[in-house]
Amino acid sequence: MSISRRNFCKTLAGSAASVAVLAAMPGTLLAKWSEKAFMADKLDDAIAAKFGSLPIEDSTAILIKAPEIAENGAFVPVTVSTTIPGVTNISLFTPANFSPLVASIDVPSRMKPDVSLRIRMANTSNLIVVAQVGNKLYRATREIKVTIGGCGG
Amino acid sequence: MKIKAVIQNNIVSVKMLIPHPMETGRRKEQNGVIVPAHYITEVTATCKGETVFHAELGPGVSKDPYLAFQFDGAKAGDALKVTWVDNKGGSETAEAAITAI
Repeated sequence: MSISRRNFCKTLAGSAASVAVLAAMPGTLLAKWSEKAFMADKLDDAIAAKFGSLPIEDSTAILIKAPEIAENGAFVPVTVSTTIPGVTNISLFTPANFSPLVASIDVPSRMKPDVSLRIRMANTSNLIVVAQVGNKLYRATREIKVTIGGCGG
Repeated sequence: MKIKAVIQNNIVSVKMLIPHPMETGRRKEQNGVIVPAHYITEVTATCKGETVFHAELGPGVSKDPYLAFQFDGAKAGDALKVTWVDNKGGSETAEAAITAI
């Protein structure tokens, strides 16, 4: 197979572009598991360990879809989405759990800020969703009543 | 792990189900022995080498985690690669082709 000049240039441009994309990605995307935030046993400590001391503002632009009453705290289906542009991270917290931080989802540029998952809830508690946009945090809160706790205690 | 990726109106909807015990490290067996913590810590999805999803999970995520998300910039036939790692160093990688609806 011969290498034509055109193809060679194309390949070169392609790899240069991907290197540029990698370099432009914010550090958080490549960061290791946030052990400190997941091990924190208080809500405020978990938020501080995850995001530092960024200002938090309540927002109605974050939509939480979850059952009002969850019969089984071991499987609470939750969908979180937002219309705030430029969200880079969405994190879910439940203060009643031993470790309030449940999941922290990075939102790369191609991803829509809309995720679903199933979480454990020890007791009736608030589900707090924090979305990061640049150096600002937006928060939405929703109470979920739990009939049977889901943490095996 | 099961992955389903369907494209509609240029948006790919991904659903995945990962069989995993997700032990919190607080549950006790009937004989009172605590089951050691064993849970997935990170899930990453890439499409053509670019990260389209990255989540950090903790023990608060239910057993056999179900995750769903959406992304754009792909077409039917493209491969979606998903990798997870857990706190004991376990990991799995699987690939699924994006299908048209």
